[in-house]
Amino acid sequence: MVVHGLSDDDADRIFHALADRTRRDIVTRVLDAEQSVSDLAERYSMSFAAVQKHVAVLERAGLVRKVRRGREQIVHAGLDVIHQAKSLLESYEHLWRHRVARIDALLAENDTTRGD
Amino acid sequence: MPVLDTRLDTDDLTLTVVTEIDATPERAWQLWADHRQLEQWWGPPTWPATFHRHELEPGGESRYFMTGPDGSKGHGWFSIVETDAPNRLVFKDGFAGEDGEPTDPEDYGTVTVTIEPAGERTRMSVQTRFRSAEQLKAMTEMGMAEGMTEAMGQIDALVAA
Repeated sequence: MVVHGLSDDDADRIFHALADRTRRDIVTRVLDAEQSVSDLAERYSMSFAAVQKHVAVLERAGLVRKVRRGREQIVHAGLDVIHQAKSLLESYEHLWRHRVARIDALLAENDTTRGD
Repeated sequence: MPVLDTRLDTDDLTLTVVTEIDATPERAWQLWADHRQLEQWWGPPTWPATFHRHELEPGGESRYFMTGPDGSKGHGWFSIVETDAPNRLVFKDGFAGEDGEPTDPEDYGTVTVTIEPAGERTRMSVQTRFRSAEQLKAMTEMGMAEGMTEAMGQIDALVAA
């Protein structure tokens, strides 16, 4: 079953990756501007290796991309995957927005037919 | 303004939709309790739902199918965990096979409905807790089908209202 170009495994990797606060924070930061792994490591009270591990989880999910520039490893946002994940959640919201619209219509209909 | 808020929490894989409707809590409860009313809003217009079993009491079971434009059927089930009419309903919601029975009884979303008075209206919040991202995807398929048949402008109008 493929929705929005994501396989089931892709979707699971994305959710697993985003279930961690540090990883969500990393995604937010690189969405704003690319960051080197060392820049990121300075921002968190954890070892360089631990931050690297978080980046690797995000990379496997496609939420970030890593490129080597000289001695630095630069982390970019994986915009296409972030966009796919977002639209997946939005479509579930739409499902409920439509249900609520039908509930409203149903209640309005009852109001006008009441009293017969 | 029917939909007040939607909130996604990726930590525990929940999505909460908060709505306010023009009805009493008792009337809102009937939307769930009366299967003929539930049928009118649970499935998209192009995939109307038919409930052939609906027992809204703790331990009760529901079975339904939705019929697509090409006549194909998608089966589903509820298993009622908790009821406190007209304020609270908790049930498991999953997919079923062609025989109408759960394909995997362990693969379900837990839906918690909270209904409370809000002035002259009623606030209804529906929280769905998914067990996996895969399941969330399967559930959105129906929303997708619907999104294609209904004008996007309608959604925008809802959001803007």
